[in-house]
Amino acid sequence: MRSLVALMFLLFAAPAFAVLPSEQLADPKLEARARAISAELRCVVCQNQTIDDSDAELAHDLRVLLRQRLMAGDSDEQAKAFIANRYGDYVLLRPPFETETLLLWLGPFLVLAGGGVGVGIYLKRRREGEAMALTAEEQARLDQLLKEDVA
Amino acid sequence: MKRLLFLVPIAALFAVLAVFALGLSHDPSNITSVLIDKPLPAFVLPAVRDRQSLASADFKGEPMLLNVFASWCVSCRLEHGLLLQLKQEGVVIQGLDWKDEAADGARYLADNGDPYVKAGNDQSGRTGIDLGVAGVPETFVVDRKGRVRYKFIGPIAAQDWEDTLKPLLARLRSET
Repeated sequence: MRSLVALMFLLFAAPAFAVLPSEQLADPKLEARARAISAELRCVVCQNQTIDDSDAELAHDLRVLLRQRLMAGDSDEQAKAFIANRYGDYVLLRPPFETETLLLWLGPFLVLAGGGVGVGIYLKRRREGEAMALTAEEQARLDQLLKEDVA
Repeated sequence: MKRLLFLVPIAALFAVLAVFALGLSHDPSNITSVLIDKPLPAFVLPAVRDRQSLASADFKGEPMLLNVFASWCVSCRLEHGLLLQLKQEGVVIQGLDWKDEAADGARYLADNGDPYVKAGNDQSGRTGIDLGVAGVPETFVVDRKGRVRYKFIGPIAAQDWEDTLKPLLARLRSET
């Protein structure tokens, strides 16, 4: 019974959000955009969190700033660039595709290609091994051995 | 030759381990500033009490340090002695009191000594954000044309000054 009550409390408990009610915009559409953008921006204080998740004071400031930019009419890209122009591309959790990040984006495909070549070579060798027919001499020796085995 | 082929994956493993080891020795809080070789963003800040206000236009004529501090910042106290010593040696240091009440900043300087020529108060933290400040203390090295040349993150130890900042300032002084 007690555990049932505990379960009920758990079901009704609201998940904790870093985004405070005072930060949220009245316009739900704009607020949704702000949430989506801030979920793609790294908090520079606690670096493995987004500014949407982080309780750091700087993350709070950046969330408010982001909303101000959206209110002022910035597009999603402009608002994101506003933060990245100050803290660097490092804060973009989805790094842009440019020469500096070429290896980052294409690296997995390079590894896949390398592995593919390796597997290809292996399979080719194996097939060649199968296809090689026995010489007359080998066949005679094989027959001999089999005959001995039966006897 | 073919017998040595088994060494290839082992060599690859060590290469990957070497890359990881390099990654571990890299301090993730040391984010390269986007302002390097760019002019300081424009700002005009009210004075920390009894001090002259600070503006981006003040950074001209000679190379200077812009030290970001706050009265609530514990590790700022670690470098404070060094900053006072640098002031004695004639290094121009400007202060930016970040996310702090001006009165608290003033009391901090009154209690601990004042290494700054000018000190501006950035209570909202907005100027700090324009500078890409992630925490305090941070110290920018600004050349005589007002361009940021280097950003030091965290408290400056005597060794950091001798190894990095002092030679850099000397080089910037010799620039025309």
